[in-house]
Amino acid sequence: MAFLHGLSKSHTDSGSGLKRRSLTPYILLAPGLIWLITFFIIPIFSLASTSTMVRPEGSQIGTYVQELRFANYIDAFLVSKEQYLRSFVYAGLATILALAIAYPLAYAIAFKSGKYRNILLVLVIAPFFTSFLLRTVAWTQILADSGPVVSAIKVIPFIDETFRINNTPAAVVIGLAYNFLPFMTLPLYASLERIDPRTLEASGDLYANGLTTFRKVTLPLSMPGLVAGTLLTFIPAAGDYVNAAILGNPNTKMIGNVIESRFFAVVDYPTAAALSFTLMATILILVTLYIRKSGTDELV
Amino acid sequence: MTKVAAPRPSLSHRASRWFSRNLIRIYAGVAFFYLFIPVAYTFAFSFNDAGKSNLVWQGFTLENWKNPCGAPQVCESVVNSLQIGVISTVLATILGTMIAFALGRHKFRGRKTTNLLIFLPMATPEVVLGASLLAMFLNLRINPGFWTVVIAHVMFCISFVVVTVKARIASLDPRLEQAAMDLYANERETFRYVTLPLVMPGIAGAALLAFSLSFDDFIITNFNSGIVSTFPKFVYVSAARGIPAQANVIGSAMFFIALIIVIVGQVVSRQRKKS
Repeated sequence: MAFLHGLSKSHTDSGSGLKRRSLTPYILLAPGLIWLITFFIIPIFSLASTSTMVRPEGSQIGTYVQELRFANYIDAFLVSKEQYLRSFVYAGLATILALAIAYPLAYAIAFKSGKYRNILLVLVIAPFFTSFLLRTVAWTQILADSGPVVSAIKVIPFIDETFRINNTPAAVVIGLAYNFLPFMTLPLYASLERIDPRTLEASGDLYANGLTTFRKVTLPLSMPGLVAGTLLTFIPAAGDYVNAAILGNPNTKMIGNVIESRFFAVVDYPTAAALSFTLMATILILVTLYIRKSGTDELV
Repeated sequence: MTKVAAPRPSLSHRASRWFSRNLIRIYAGVAFFYLFIPVAYTFAFSFNDAGKSNLVWQGFTLENWKNPCGAPQVCESVVNSLQIGVISTVLATILGTMIAFALGRHKFRGRKTTNLLIFLPMATPEVVLGASLLAMFLNLRINPGFWTVVIAHVMFCISFVVVTVKARIASLDPRLEQAAMDLYANERETFRYVTLPLVMPGIAGAALLAFSLSFDDFIITNFNSGIVSTFPKFVYVSAARGIPAQANVIGSAMFFIALIIVIVGQVVSRQRKKS
């Protein structure tokens, strides 16, 4: 998904292929934008409205009326602050793990793959042709107590007999990192692939060793891909609840699990809405700060 | 006194040099291994003679492949997912391609707002997209079902179509269109015979992406599907009591079908380039 790069510099208003002002662009834009406004923007307001509703005394389950009760947000936060914090910790750890796996992988594909480059790129996304839920369930088998990974680790002396991975935070983080790996790898590859190998040679000619070249040349040039990749991993990971539900235990629940159960098991729409809204606001703030800090405003 | 030959690197030295030179390739190999173990597991367990629970290996059988609809509700959910996927893909591809052409080929007011509106759904966690749509449907007293899922899928697929097609439009050489105009093609003919065929691979790629996003979506679907089951929803619901091996058959078959489509696409585009 190299799309964030396609956005970056491709077309400015002075671009040569642009036609003069007419009605055509508005006709082209209208249906799609109306769809997005109706089913993305308006629902966000609907969510905001639901978040301050209250269930009238003695009414049916699932009936709520608007009373502008902003204290819902405080109540919602207090019942789920643990899961809330956990979501960001797990998403952060999963992002770091995914980056550690994806950066060398993207680097190898960009610089060391020769004629196999296209095949390797297909291989990066190929696992995602199977259902993401089936792959997550497969991880429960791979990490099972009698499975290959745990058995292999138990061979190491001093490892406790009760050692396990399934249903632990580690399993959830491994699952999250796995599920969003292509979103990390492809933007990284796209920005690494644009680096002219001669800049790396030039750095070597100027007596930089491998590490210095990486730190001063490769890494800064791959920054747009790194920022896009970490965002595309962190955002969905923070809101995910499938990995925590399948690979975790009741103590590894994330904010997505709380929102889901508030909606469907407890039928407490206002709390679910308040939590969703807080999640979105937090992520937007984090993303804005992160983009500012890394100086890649052109992403959006 | 023996003559000392030119120092030859010892075997271990050479081995370590080879290792450090190929470190990145070895690392990439391990990463690919990590990527493919779950796929290998899914494929292997599609041959498991599992009975009810497909968590432990119990013996090899071809029965699941011969009879993929053998377990209750598997095929119903797949049919639902296919129908939702096709309808959403067609709608999202048309709407998204139109936006992409407006952004890539026209001047207009509100470009920044449009870009933001395209970007935001991709930057919003799925659980928020799903919950907000459901909140709206509930406030409007609309019961979620098949069509609410289609509405939701079109919504989140549009953005991905726009960026994919837009990237393709941006990579076109504008001189090709200018040449067509120089040869007295009018605007419509230029679009029909030059621009559209050149952008077509991008549109096809966007449609494939939209279909796979729709087919594989769970979180937004779970919020907005009511009692309608889709394949991912089926897997999630049955994960607690054990997934039938037939689900693995469907998952593995999808994997190979998608792989073939991508490989054929690559071969075709390479041959086009050559000719």
